[in-house]
Amino acid sequence: MADTAIPPRTAPPNTIELDRVVIRFAGDSGDGMQLTGDRFTESSAIFGNDLSTLPDFPAEIRAPAGTLAGVSAFQVHISDHDILTPGDNPSVLVAMNPAALRANLKDVAPAGTIIVNSDSFDERALAKAGYVSNPLEDGTLKDFTVYEIPMTSITLEAVKPSGTKPRDAERSKNLFALGVISWMYTRPVETTIAWIEAKFAKNEMVKTANVLAFKAGYNFGETAELFESNYIVKPAALEPGEYTNVSGNTALAWGLVAAGQLAKLPLFLGSYPITPASDILHELSKHKNFGVRTVQAEDEIAGIGAALGASYGGSLGVTTTSGPGIDLKTETIGLAVNLELPLVIIDIQRGGPSTGLPTKTEQADLLQAMFGRHGEAPVPIVAPDTPGDCFFAAIEAARIAVKYRTPVFLLSDGYLANGAEPWKIPDVDSLPDISVDFATAPNHTRADGGEEFWPYLRDAETLARPWAVPGTPGLEHRIGGLEKADGAGTVSYDPANHEKMVHLRVDKIAGIARDIPLVEVDDPDGDAELLVLGWGSTYGAIAAGLRRVRLQGHHVAHAHLRHLNPFPANLGEVLRRYRTVLVPEMNLGQLSTLVRARFLVDAKGLNKMSGQPFRAGEIERAVLDLLSADAPAAASDSKGN
Amino acid sequence: MTDVAVPVTTKKDWTSDQEIRWCPGCGDYSILTAVQMLMPELGARREDTVFISGIGCSSRFPYYMDTYGVHSIHGRAPALATGLAVSRPDLHVWVITGDGDALSIGGNHLLHALRRNVDITILLFNNQIYGLTKGQYSPTSETGKVTKSTPFGSLDHPYNPVSLALGAEASFVARTHDMDRKHMMATFKRAYEHKGAALVEVYQNCNVFNDGAFEAILTKDNRPRMLINLVHGEPIRFGAEGERGVVVTAEGARIVDVADVGEDALAIHDETRPDPSVAFALSRLSDGPTSPTPIGVFRAVERPDYGSMVNQQVRHASEQKGPGDLAALLSSGATWTVTGS
Ligand SMILES: Cc1ncc(C[n+]2csc(CCOP(=O)(O)OP(=O)(O)O)c2C)c(N)n1
Ligand code: SF4
Ligand SMILES: [Mg+2]
Repeated sequence: MADTAIPPRTAPPNTIELDRVVIRFAGDSGDGMQLTGDRFTESSAIFGNDLSTLPDFPAEIRAPAGTLAGVSAFQVHISDHDILTPGDNPSVLVAMNPAALRANLKDVAPAGTIIVNSDSFDERALAKAGYVSNPLEDGTLKDFTVYEIPMTSITLEAVKPSGTKPRDAERSKNLFALGVISWMYTRPVETTIAWIEAKFAKNEMVKTANVLAFKAGYNFGETAELFESNYIVKPAALEPGEYTNVSGNTALAWGLVAAGQLAKLPLFLGSYPITPASDILHELSKHKNFGVRTVQAEDEIAGIGAALGASYGGSLGVTTTSGPGIDLKTETIGLAVNLELPLVIIDIQRGGPSTGLPTKTEQADLLQAMFGRHGEAPVPIVAPDTPGDCFFAAIEAARIAVKYRTPVFLLSDGYLANGAEPWKIPDVDSLPDISVDFATAPNHTRADGGEEFWPYLRDAETLARPWAVPGTPGLEHRIGGLEKADGAGTVSYDPANHEKMVHLRVDKIAGIARDIPLVEVDDPDGDAELLVLGWGSTYGAIAAGLRRVRLQGHHVAHAHLRHLNPFPANLGEVLRRYRTVLVPEMNLGQLSTLVRARFLVDAKGLNKMSGQPFRAGEIERAVLDLLSADAPAAASDSKGN
Repeated sequence: MTDVAVPVTTKKDWTSDQEIRWCPGCGDYSILTAVQMLMPELGARREDTVFISGIGCSSRFPYYMDTYGVHSIHGRAPALATGLAVSRPDLHVWVITGDGDALSIGGNHLLHALRRNVDITILLFNNQIYGLTKGQYSPTSETGKVTKSTPFGSLDHPYNPVSLALGAEASFVARTHDMDRKHMMATFKRAYEHKGAALVEVYQNCNVFNDGAFEAILTKDNRPRMLINLVHGEPIRFGAEGERGVVVTAEGARIVDVADVGEDALAIHDETRPDPSVAFALSRLSDGPTSPTPIGVFRAVERPDYGSMVNQQVRHASEQKGPGDLAALLSSGATWTVTGS
């Protein structure tokens, strides 16, 4: 191999066992850091670690090279036990250039390890990153363990046998970095080489160069005297079963495919590309052999319109988007409320308002989903809490939609969408049957004894109207956005009828509370006085933060909402049990507004609007602050239990 | 669907029990009658027929047909119809829309439905006004139109819906008018039989807010001089004695006196030309319904329809990969097994 310039190691390194490590790969958006991080994640997943990831990239495809704005990072937390978040502070930072170092240094854990591509620390690059002096030389990094590796030059040398031109050869340096880290954390090599060979199979030269670069990185770790030791994070003792590593968007797409099968309906997706939702469209468009039809519409309005038209025809209509797309879909959602047809609306929330922060996460569309339509137009809302849970949330959204003939919101977010975790593959036979029947016969007898079909004659229990699809002889009927007479479904401007229909639509959605699980409270000792109430993607950070608080001897409770409309039937009672209710949200207090209004509970908000998910430490601190402010005596009493 | 015999129906079978709410004398009535009379002739089935409309006076149409129907929201009927037609190729999906509905708020969807060649039959009721909102000018109103919202005259340049559809390379484009039931029925029939997106512009009189908009071309006396009847394979000529005609050159289409150019110089109408340029040239002959105006089928070409292609991909995928296996999908990535300790 070409890794010749490296002096061979005289003594083998010792391997130190760690229970967990948080690594952040950072470089220019053109440096391939997402690919590097993804691959490291995948090999760790196959190795059997528990893990959680946080990709963080700029909205621009190629932001100006070498600048802080152009830095793309991927953080991964791997462990030998079950973990809940991508980690607060990386213990290892791989920085491919000065800008990557500068943008990420503040997050590195005290005494952490920093590995830099020293070749990229020239005067121009330093200036671009805003450094007046070289941080590798001026003492900036004195509190860290720093490894300076000339990654570019070693890569260029290593890939020479592949025949790639230097400009292209340089692009393999991310795989060199992957090799170094793979050695450092004793990741399996063969699976990654096989992956590189498959990924770049179409271009022999690039494939060879990348394999050479990866091996060179691995061998560099093995042979250079630079590192005293390497590390191993043993597999985690996860629940037995078959696992795969999924991102939230992949799990969501698979959940939709599953929902179509479980509902025994063809799946129809009408969608318009938008970050961070497009990957669901991409994934679903691959699975046509499941009878999935995808239409990339001319805009979000057409996307949802087509989905609604398909639902009318007896498909499971789905539309996927992010906040700006929901703005456009609003009028059609109101139509679906009025037509009372099934429709699943997926909102992968991102930073707003307007174009906002396309690639960053936020939970600020909750009130829009709840109220963002004219008139009284209630729509059920479900929210997944981890990437893998997106699968089950999609099935639940579809279940409610088809059973109650209603549009349903699924609120995921950028953090869940792009984050990944090992996911225990569910047994397909354990998934619920969510199929319903279409209407097949007239349901009303006229005064003259004739039979006819009334499209708005409701099921007494669910208040759902019959779903009569075109093609069914004898059930021809007209529906529309105009108010309709209860039962017969003909146009009606009658005041009393309108009042009745408004209430029927509201009662139908409210009644879903009877058909969803009660909210469970995680209150290990049953005597906590503080409840943390969360929803959606904050699950991991809240649970991890509360673990830490409990380790310090405090008693705290956690409830996490899967259903936000209607709320679980016992939510009010649960909230009233606790002296203090804290609601952490990546918005300015949308769930807390709802529970305050609904249950007259003095919920306190913990709000974060930085485009970044909560860290466990932030939850921990907020809870500790509240505990000491609220009940200093109780807090000290509980110590030592 | 089950029984293959052509159903025998009458106009009455296609008429719903809903009271019609259009103003007396509105052109919409005659269009409704033409469609209800045509249905038995088409041998169509009520249960397999769906009318989808947007919002406007014209968009009330589906309520009056005893078929499946959706009165949707303003401008979006082509979007709903796309989802329905693609997922249910066994149905016949009609779109009923107005000049405001189709060309103003819904302009985008119309263009894309035509471009994709979704298998739908679109009847665009053009009364050159917003009827339902009580008389504002529309995207087809002539420049200078004085309405409630344009007391000093409108400033906008109008669209020509036929030109617009041809610009989007629609595979079927025609024009007819509410004063000639036979012509309407013949044109609608052609549109119905066309596989792919068919757009028919129907000149429609709004006797309340824009009465007489088409008088210059549509009164019995004016028709011979003012309507250029396009007939496939025939020379394009009009006038009481066929004394006028159309010549198409590199510069476009031009109206001539047959005596000046001779019969042989007249353009022979060919609906099936793959290139829409000549049809477009014909659509430019009149700038509004005030000068000689072509009616009939401008263009009728065969092009695979969108839904068939979508469904072909679905079928092909099933043949290639076999029907979807959910368990296999869930373990299609790298997997590993954790055993209990
Ligand atoms: C979103 C929305 N904007 C505006 C309206 C009001 N509106 C209803 S119909 C219409 C214009 C209809 O004109 P056209 O499509 O020409 O139909 P016509 O009534 O002339 O048949 C307007 C502006 C509406 N219903 N919805
Ligand atoms: S307003 Fe005009 S278009 Fe509307 S129903 Fe009356 S006459 Fe017809
Ligand atoms: Mg109009």
